[in-house]
Amino acid sequence: MDRFSWSNGLLEINETLVIQQRGVRLYDGDDKAKLEVGVVLLSTHRLIWRDGKNNDCCLAMPLSQIIFFEEQAAGIGKSAKIVIHLHPSPPNKEPGPYQNSKYSYIKLSFKEHGQIEFYRRLTEEMTQKRWENNPSSQPISTGTGSQAGRTRAVGIVGIERKIEEKRKETDKNISEAFEDLSKLMVKAKEMVELSRSIANKIKDKQGDITEDETIRFKSYLLSMGIANPVTRETHGSGTHYHMQLAKQLGDMLQAPLEERGGMMALTEVYCLVNRARGMELLSPEDLLNACKMFESLKLPLRLRVFDSGVMVVQLESHSEEEMIASALDNVTEKGSLTAEEFAKLLGLSVLLSKERLLLAEKIGHLCRDDSVEGLRFYANCF
Amino acid sequence: MHRRGVGAGAIAKKKLAEAKYKERGTVLAEDQIVQMSKQLETFKSNLEEFASKHKQEIRKNPQFRVQFQEMCATIGVDPLASGKGFWSEMLGVGDFYYELGVQIIEVCLALKHRNGGLITLDELHQRVLKGRGKYAQDVSQDDLVRAIKKLKVMGSGFGMIPVGGSYLVQSVPAELNMDHTVVLQLAEKKGYVTVSEIKGSLKWEKERACHVLDHLLKEGLAWLDSQAGGEAQYWLPALFSELTSRDVTPEEANQMTP
Repeated sequence: MDRFSWSNGLLEINETLVIQQRGVRLYDGDDKAKLEVGVVLLSTHRLIWRDGKNNDCCLAMPLSQIIFFEEQAAGIGKSAKIVIHLHPSPPNKEPGPYQNSKYSYIKLSFKEHGQIEFYRRLTEEMTQKRWENNPSSQPISTGTGSQAGRTRAVGIVGIERKIEEKRKETDKNISEAFEDLSKLMVKAKEMVELSRSIANKIKDKQGDITEDETIRFKSYLLSMGIANPVTRETHGSGTHYHMQLAKQLGDMLQAPLEERGGMMALTEVYCLVNRARGMELLSPEDLLNACKMFESLKLPLRLRVFDSGVMVVQLESHSEEEMIASALDNVTEKGSLTAEEFAKLLGLSVLLSKERLLLAEKIGHLCRDDSVEGLRFYANCF
Repeated sequence: MHRRGVGAGAIAKKKLAEAKYKERGTVLAEDQIVQMSKQLETFKSNLEEFASKHKQEIRKNPQFRVQFQEMCATIGVDPLASGKGFWSEMLGVGDFYYELGVQIIEVCLALKHRNGGLITLDELHQRVLKGRGKYAQDVSQDDLVRAIKKLKVMGSGFGMIPVGGSYLVQSVPAELNMDHTVVLQLAEKKGYVTVSEIKGSLKWEKERACHVLDHLLKEGLAWLDSQAGGEAQYWLPALFSELTSRDVTPEEANQMTP
């Protein structure tokens, strides 16, 4: 930690911010530094850390000080860390929080995650070494960097050897996983080709496929994640699974829909349903395919797509005329309404209240006043 | 429901068809379906074995996730298409991305009043991480991008605009064409842009620049600072960094419109 200098944290002329991450605590070697949790910033030239509560407490260190760095996995009760091994400080280093330290490495402890991206960006910056091409206006000492390349401090060789072994071990695990994955993919590819052949035959009406077999085929496609080219059926991409889902949704969404004026955006439904499930979540496509089956299954819900592309689930009982009439009533009563005001009035989301107003406008009941102050709707007197 | 013909005549017809096909070397579709069913069983057990050995790898290693996704895409398989798919059930990739989808939607909704439905991928990443809490698994930006791609099918305007080496994530169905995108990219450096800058950098006439800026204002994606010394500045809240801004409540946001 004695490599850091106090800093005002402002970036220099040629220096750019690469990434920042909050919730980071610094370690002097293995000991927690006598500092609070803060924000770590990586620029093209420096590693900067700022206290989360006290913006005046800010440290920086040139990236050229870094020899190498490695990830330290999280453990029980311990956050994931990045360990950074450092060159000795240059003699003209500005003062910092530590006069000296017995450690030649520091750790960044990521209490709120973000270590994956930070590690990736740090790797990029240390590979590109952009500070060498664009020296910032403040002199950043790079002398030690080039020298240490030749004179290795004792202990670094041992550390590097350990890193190399660990890398080989990880590589071995990864390459085994990739090998197994590749074999798996070869088999999967065979099935993709087989399914295409079957789909073509169904299209050309070769052979005698019963509807049951078609449904089975579609469920195979679903299991494998193969896009279904056979969509002429009334059920679309639906399978038994989606039929079941549709029925479940029919039960589950009645009350929430009533509470929200009879209409919910598909994204709202997605969040509601998946939060309730907790696990074995629905994919967006699962939800969409299930909703497409509402009508054919005679459930009291409908999937509806507005001109803007927004998709909603609405109660069948809430007729279009009712919605438009109520929109007109509300607007007339208040003189004029924006989507936000309408939303507050009805307890709807802004997105959906806007769609209703647009619908009423389309029919000709409302007209708009479109200015930079916002979009406002009035009763149509024309 | 379509019933296969029964009776001697139908059987004879079928035998004739089979013979014809065999002649041409083609296999009947229904036989292929049976074949596929068998292969599927084998594949399922292979995948189970793979999962028992390497499931942790996928969970812990974002690089592996990327490779896995790319391999699937190459052979024409979408492991995230359905929660009922093998990949999702056995490798657990589904739940990871679907839950991420929920978190992304919630963050975008919470900030919409402030940034109009446009947010940098960096800020989205930070906020999602914050929401996930200490003990949840870390997510990379690639993970976010894949989750967002899946959200698109639900029609609420999710999309990504390349800007300054990263992306802006759009979460409202506002129409943004090439002109708007280019102005957003221009504004990325300072967080704001002026009509003169647009005319100078992009060589547009004043009307075109004003048209684009007006649209961004109307959609709530830009705020107008008419008190800036000199020319009016159009600021993009989506581009404000955490260090230089504080959170604005919906009431305050409403007061700020002229």
